[in-house]
Amino acid sequence: MGVSLTRAAQWTRTSSGTVKLERSPMNDSLLKAILCFVEQISSQHPQEAEHVFAEPLQWSTTLVASDFKTDYDISDTDVQSHEKDSEGHPLLQLSLPTVYVRSFRQLSKLVHLAADKKLEEIRVCLEENREPVVKILGPCFANILEREEAHTDVLPQVDKVQDEGQAKDSEVKVQLFQLLQNMDKQLLNKLLQDISEQVRLDPTAVKNEVELLKRFCSEGEKRLLKVVRYTSDYEFANGCRAPLWRQMHGDICYLVIEPYDTENLNITCSNTGVFLNGGLKQVGEESGYEKTSEVFKDLVTLLKSRSPYFAENIKKQVQWKTDRFQELPSTQKIQHVEPVDVEEQGQPQRSYKQQEKNVHEKARQQHMLNKANKAGCEKKYEPCPRWKNLGLVFPCGYKSSKSLGEEKAGESQKKKFGSGAKSKMKAEFSVESSSESEEEEEQTERRPESHTDLPAEYWQIQKLVKYLKGGNQTATVLTLCAMMDFNLMQETCQLAIRDVGGLDVLINLLDTDEVKCKIGSLKILRKISHNVQIRRAIVDMGGLQSIVKILDSPVKDLKALAAETIANVAKFRRARRTVRQYGGIKKLVKLLDCVPNLASLTANQEKDVDVARCGALALWSCSKSTKNKEAIRKAGGVPLLGRLLKSPHENMLIPVVGTLQECASESYRIVIQREGMIKDLVKNLSSDNDELQMHCASAIFKCAEDQKTRDLVRKYKGLQPLVSLLGKSDNKQLLAAATGAIWKCSISMDNVAKYEYKALDTLVGLLTDQPEEVLVNVVGALGEFALISANKATIRKCGGIKPLVNLLTGTNQALLVNVTKAVGACATDKDNMAIIDQLDGVRLVWSLLKNPSGDVQSSAAWALCPCIENAKDAGEMVRSLVGGLELIVNLLKSTNIEVLASICAAIAKISKDKENLAVLTDHGVVPLLAKLTNTSDDKLRRHLAEAIGHCCMWGSNRASFGVSGAVAPLVRYLKSKDSAVHQSTAMALYQLSKDPNNCITMHEKGVVKPLIHIMGSNEETLQEAAAGCVRNIRLLALANRKARLFQ
Amino acid sequence: MSEISAVSRKLIQTLAETISKQVEHFNKNEVECLIREFNVLVGETTTMGRVVNGLDRGKFRSILHNTFGMTDDMIMDGVFRTFDKDNDSFVSMKEWIEGLSVFLRGTLEEKIKYCFHVYDLNSDNYISREEMFHMLKNSLIRQPTEEDPDEGVKDLVEITLKKMDHDHDGRLSFADFEKAVREENLLLEAFGTCLPDMASIKAFEQHVYEELEQ
Repeated sequence: MGVSLTRAAQWTRTSSGTVKLERSPMNDSLLKAILCFVEQISSQHPQEAEHVFAEPLQWSTTLVASDFKTDYDISDTDVQSHEKDSEGHPLLQLSLPTVYVRSFRQLSKLVHLAADKKLEEIRVCLEENREPVVKILGPCFANILEREEAHTDVLPQVDKVQDEGQAKDSEVKVQLFQLLQNMDKQLLNKLLQDISEQVRLDPTAVKNEVELLKRFCSEGEKRLLKVVRYTSDYEFANGCRAPLWRQMHGDICYLVIEPYDTENLNITCSNTGVFLNGGLKQVGEESGYEKTSEVFKDLVTLLKSRSPYFAENIKKQVQWKTDRFQELPSTQKIQHVEPVDVEEQGQPQRSYKQQEKNVHEKARQQHMLNKANKAGCEKKYEPCPRWKNLGLVFPCGYKSSKSLGEEKAGESQKKKFGSGAKSKMKAEFSVESSSESEEEEEQTERRPESHTDLPAEYWQIQKLVKYLKGGNQTATVLTLCAMMDFNLMQETCQLAIRDVGGLDVLINLLDTDEVKCKIGSLKILRKISHNVQIRRAIVDMGGLQSIVKILDSPVKDLKALAAETIANVAKFRRARRTVRQYGGIKKLVKLLDCVPNLASLTANQEKDVDVARCGALALWSCSKSTKNKEAIRKAGGVPLLGRLLKSPHENMLIPVVGTLQECASESYRIVIQREGMIKDLVKNLSSDNDELQMHCASAIFKCAEDQKTRDLVRKYKGLQPLVSLLGKSDNKQLLAAATGAIWKCSISMDNVAKYEYKALDTLVGLLTDQPEEVLVNVVGALGEFALISANKATIRKCGGIKPLVNLLTGTNQALLVNVTKAVGACATDKDNMAIIDQLDGVRLVWSLLKNPSGDVQSSAAWALCPCIENAKDAGEMVRSLVGGLELIVNLLKSTNIEVLASICAAIAKISKDKENLAVLTDHGVVPLLAKLTNTSDDKLRRHLAEAIGHCCMWGSNRASFGVSGAVAPLVRYLKSKDSAVHQSTAMALYQLSKDPNNCITMHEKGVVKPLIHIMGSNEETLQEAAAGCVRNIRLLALANRKARLFQ
Repeated sequence: MSEISAVSRKLIQTLAETISKQVEHFNKNEVECLIREFNVLVGETTTMGRVVNGLDRGKFRSILHNTFGMTDDMIMDGVFRTFDKDNDSFVSMKEWIEGLSVFLRGTLEEKIKYCFHVYDLNSDNYISREEMFHMLKNSLIRQPTEEDPDEGVKDLVEITLKKMDHDHDGRLSFADFEKAVREENLLLEAFGTCLPDMASIKAFEQHVYEELEQ
């Protein structure tokens, strides 16, 4: 009570100097809550109510002696209560007009006596006792209450107080103290809720609205107002026009508006809303600022209430106004948003990763919606999340006539709340694996509706919920059936059910024994759970546990409905976790057990199949969480899914394949392969349902990481159907999945050989005007195809080089990795290289070395190798890239092994040109290479040795390598098992051995023996290099001996 | 005694044979069991030569109550009326078996007919507003604060009519009822439980089978 009173209540100072509680709705609700507390305390906590206050609460009451009845000594104007404290003082004393009260019991009696004036009594009491808690508990306790701010454990502190020798009734006191504290907490929470619903205006919003209103007074026919003007022309930097000392109170600016039909309106715009003021005649005159009306959320609302003419005419101009709304310059946020069609599930461009995750989510949402449509319901139009987050969506199609100011304010407020809530949520959920999609966690609660214009459905639903609460089984079932007749896919109805407490009742019904009630309840829940907020509410209320429990029911209809509801609810992480923790995954897997592909099913078997279908739907939703995937596998779900995969029905296949593709991580791939599912997946590629094809392709995409799976796809003739899917270029999700599958399958060269010319042609055609997730896969596939030399020419002939090079300017890292790889593969063909060079492709690849991602860096460096090798006049080309060589040398400081290896390879190619080698040397390539020699990674060793070998060709580099200590580690490379390492090392050693000091080092490290081994190799260059090296060592030894002889 | 029972056994068997041909859902053995059960329920006096018409209302209601857990008087009377096809205030053996065939194992169609008949209190082939009100009047907790305690029930009747009365004549014909139930199966027992739940069916049938084994 203390905190809420001092911080939350809105106090105002009257002209006479006394402090008053403002008459605002918030204060009213605060007072009511306190009143309620006072009224209940003597019945609920009789002991505490008797506690004698440290100091009496005293205030001037409107009650008179005659108002008091029994239990009081009444004499003329004075009243004393019979109840007395230990020292005999009465606990209530009235000596007009002041009343002294010393216990809650008396207070509550007094309130009772005051009857309809009780709220007024409490108000005056609080106004005159600014620190009631201090008076009630004494300063000691009150301090704690203030300090602790209702969140830490206060008992130890209280104990301390006790030790300090407080009164012996301190136990009661502690309890009373806690009561007050709880009360305080509740009050604050409530107020916080109220506040968060309130509009907060900001200067821009006000400004926009004023601009808008000014338009109303300028245009002849449409003129609604005579004048709209600010009282001050000066605008502060923060956009306010109120004097600074008033800005402290939240005032933004003052307006004078002249309507046609009433007197001039003096208006204050403050951040809590707009209201009429006393009229500012002189600056600094305080009374002029005082509020003389209630607070409105925006100017238009205020004008509507004051000027009937305005109210009537504004409606006619709403359309015009909303048009303006789109154009207003300060609403930049809106302009950023592409004009997504709300009715068609917008697909905003997002980063590749997010998109990939969301592809399936969206697809299945669509699926669920379609199903709902079949059930005869209206389609639920879900705006894309971005719109939602901006708070710009007008709920459920009724375009509001609310003003611009409110929209803006709501939006900015939303942003604030949204981001805070989001980060909190992140923290809360960060425990779970990060690979899970976060799509729903990001969505924040929508702006609460103002309660003035509730639709008719709301009241009808409220009535139905009342019957649900008070009805027996028969009435409940009837009511549930009536409720099903509402459009439960519509958000208004969904939220209405929640807001009138219907969700609680529906969930409670799930725990009863009445099958029919449970069925009815689930039939409603499965529909309203399409709403994000409802899902959350269901989980928060513990409804998911009950639903999971129902999965064990012997009634098949119930099981199916429960699974279907889970499928909707488990769209966010916490829900999925709950399902798992209550053993839901096992139960769901059990539902899958049926025989789906019998020619003729009995009614009973048909029901089993339906139950299995719902189970698969639920598992699909649940499978978005890593731990759930594991749980499904452990529960033996994969073989059952495999059996369902043989079903002929699409509505069964889609959730089954959906789950499989969701789960197709490593541990699953093997099982999917072993259970022979690849065959069925391939078969369903030729289904005529796009969604099914998409999931199948996607499953193959994920599984084809595995060599054996790729072979199986070929064996079951899956390659051709995949190519035919490329024809459906309108369905981007399908296209992404199909191209992905083609990409992964083409990792096997046997598969590439199977593809025909046409496939490549189609793929090249997909290089332009496609979303990134498609491009990544297409380019990835081209990269694999181009490993076969015939295909390189084909790509060129189909005109694929140019779009590929164009893609080098992108930003998507996954795409860049694949593009550079493909460009590199193409560059191994001289004719291709000519085109790439002409398109300035090398420069583009080179500049990708600046990309922050190691994958892109290394992929670009690898691509540079064939470019440099095959370009005409490569040396000149490289030199022409300003700062390019320095960039390369600096990348030798990277910590990424793959980057280092690729850069070494590039350096080896670059340094074939002497001038460039000189530049490299100037940039200090030698010590950097030497520093890397201690690596044990064979790939790096190979390219490093190659680079060192080539860099020896300039100046004193050989000696420098020796000085930098590169020689000894190189000798160790000869012990590696990788023959490629041997080859490049032998070459490097041969070059290094041209420096006598290096020969000595090599000899000391015992290089001769392994070199002699290598001389026995079949590789001629290798033999030559090894022999050359040994020869140099030998020559040195001879020279040495000669020198000694002739000394 | 054993002679008599042997004779009666034979009688029962022939009876069962004929009835099982006329009634759906039961085979001969099951019919035989049900006949025995009927005899037990009617009481020992049956075989003593007195003319017994069958189960009277009281006995039948106590069966509904004890075996199938029904409590609502009005509904139980409705069930009795539905079983007692010839309106002689007794459920004869044949009526018993025919009734049970729907009661225990009826198809949706049969059950719709059955339920409609139960709810049609005055057998005029319509469920009127008044009948609905009658059946639903105890279905809501009465709020003492409300001016008209029946208001909720009246409203519920209106809601139900709105949902089920497809031809908008203010009462439910069989066609209305059938259409509504086919659209939403939950409406089958819209005005009160008049069919046994799975558990009691199972218990009853088990009980009957045990008889057979003996």
